[in-house]
Amino acid sequence: MKLDKAIIKDMYIRMKRIREFETKAMNLFAEGAIPGFVHLYLGEEAVATGVCQALNDADYITSTHRGHGHIIAKGGDLKYMMAELYGKETGYCKGKGGSMHIADATKGILGANGIVGAGHNLAVGAGFSAQYRGTDQVCVCFFGDASTNQGTFHESMNLASIWKLPVIFVCENNGYGISMSQARHQAIKDIADRGTAYGIPGISVDGNDVIAVHEAAVEAVKRARNGQGPTLIECKTYRQRGHFEGDAGKYKPTEEQEMWMKKDPMPRIEKYMRDSDLFTAEELADLQDSVVKEIAEAIEFANASAYPELSSAVKDIYFDIVEEVRSR
Amino acid sequence: MKKMTYGEAIREGMRIRMLEDENVCIFGEDVGAFGGCFGVTAGLFDEFGDKRVRDTPISEGVIIGCAVGSAATGLRPIAELMFIDFLTVGMDQLVNQAAKMRYMFGGNISVPMVVRLPGGGGVSAAAQHSQSLEAWLTHVPGLKVVYPSTPQDALGLMLSAIDDEDPVMFVEHKAMYGMKGDVDDVIVPIKLGVGDIKRAGTDVTVVATGKMVHDALKAAAKLEQEGISVEVIDPRTLYPLDKQMIFNSIEKTTRVVIATEEVKRGSFAGELAAMISEACFFNLDAPIKRVNALDTPIPFAPNLENFVLPNDVDIYNAVKEVMA
Ligand SMILES: Cc1ncc(C[n+]2csc(CCOP(=O)(O)OP(=O)(O)O)c2C)c(N)n1
Ligand SMILES: [Mg+2]
Repeated sequence: MKLDKAIIKDMYIRMKRIREFETKAMNLFAEGAIPGFVHLYLGEEAVATGVCQALNDADYITSTHRGHGHIIAKGGDLKYMMAELYGKETGYCKGKGGSMHIADATKGILGANGIVGAGHNLAVGAGFSAQYRGTDQVCVCFFGDASTNQGTFHESMNLASIWKLPVIFVCENNGYGISMSQARHQAIKDIADRGTAYGIPGISVDGNDVIAVHEAAVEAVKRARNGQGPTLIECKTYRQRGHFEGDAGKYKPTEEQEMWMKKDPMPRIEKYMRDSDLFTAEELADLQDSVVKEIAEAIEFANASAYPELSSAVKDIYFDIVEEVRSR
Repeated sequence: MKKMTYGEAIREGMRIRMLEDENVCIFGEDVGAFGGCFGVTAGLFDEFGDKRVRDTPISEGVIIGCAVGSAATGLRPIAELMFIDFLTVGMDQLVNQAAKMRYMFGGNISVPMVVRLPGGGGVSAAAQHSQSLEAWLTHVPGLKVVYPSTPQDALGLMLSAIDDEDPVMFVEHKAMYGMKGDVDDVIVPIKLGVGDIKRAGTDVTVVATGKMVHDALKAAAKLEQEGISVEVIDPRTLYPLDKQMIFNSIEKTTRVVIATEEVKRGSFAGELAAMISEACFFNLDAPIKRVNALDTPIPFAPNLENFVLPNDVDIYNAVKEVMA
């Protein structure tokens, strides 16, 4: 596929945003500015980007515990995201969610998710809703390799298939579920094969090649919008960090890490941009600078924001009921 | 006497029984070489090998189900869920299978299994990784529910949990794993259904579970300086429950505060309160008071989480109220 310069530029910006956001989040977590658990998307930028580039604002995504990349790629606001990671009142979820629970209904982002395998079923629901309402929206379900061992994966693939729902199942096969390598958690190599069991086309792509991912996504989205039902896209990629910050990832062999660092999606797209003669070195540097600035502004915003008012703790549980507060 | 952390004590309990009985085995997510999400099974893989300490895929339904099926056929499995919150994924296997088998089949099948369940909040793990769900478990006839508050209790109760012929839900508080405490050199199982008076007192009874036991002790120390003598009771096992220990204490003090980390609505603390009012109504000189989390999901921001979860100050205030 020959891609327009505009699309490549757009994808590069999304990838760079993720890379920069995650690198800063990593440092901020180490400094203690971000509490709780942080699961970084470093190394997997091409997957969310290539896929979300094929979507519109009205389309939906479901996400995982490792959700920052999905949300950024789908157009999430960097300031609100960073503020949420800090637990500030200006964050996407007013500080109630944190890294693992960011949602933006206006962008079709149905939430990062702390429960492995929960997104599969939600995606089927969103796809059902789009089909029922007769819109041309689709839902992309992002999930990890290890989540395909949950019953929800199998149940949702089956239902999406028999109802021909506009759902695109995007597996981020980064080779691990925490410390369990794929070879130890399942007896197959290509998760795409699991599509066969449900009559769903399954393809495997190089998940560190944003253009390959994008091409596969465009095709799957077209099928979904045409009423031809779901597609399973397996993106082979690699988690460059530990499972969460604080996990040293000792179970990842050094040679394996080195091999994958050579396939790092960022230098790859940058090389492509330079080699294709579409971008001058200056243009590329300008793009990089503008993203670095955006992220710096997001951090400033988060820093300058206040922690939530205590009274907010009992709000947003129901639409119409505010719970009582004990006196202390 | 030696010092051990809560996490080490749980590990030691499992280890002792694994050394004695080769049908005791452990499985769960990342419990092998990785040593478990909270490090509780660290070293057991090296000691016992991959036959007895097994990593499973992320499949809570089959983790619990495999425990049920293997327990029904001669093993004594210890299944670990990474967080108690993931019970939801395996609940059918627990509630409709494990808990029902003995009864439904007229006593023909035993299910001697342990499920380890790290619960509780306080570490900014937010709404899906911080819950206290013990009431879901105590509600189900057929399950036993254990919730130790000290290393000593964790060790003794783990031994009994493994020895038990029924499914035992072993609730652990994730913020206590690193907490150190004294453990006797002579290790004996602690019978399920026997509570412990963590501090003797005469004016008010505080019944507390898990991490709240420590908050209760802190409050009691402060109240003592104000001339109020607090008796802190840790039931240690929520089912079977040492009702008599609680009732005897209330007969003496005539006042009671119940402190658990659960959201108040539908909590095990509510069951305790109902039980006490049925049995001790005419002994009580003040209404029963409960100290719990607010009726909200657990929020992420540290200041909000602090606000939502109960603490020693809440217990202190509650005691003052029942003394007023
Ligand atoms: C139901 C459930 N079980 C277990 C966990 C703990 N957990 C969080 S992420 C994870 C590994 C997920 O692996 P994978 O799906 O491959 O995604 P990755 O982390 O590699 O992106 C586990 C076991 C959880 N959050 N929810
Ligand atoms: Mg993975």
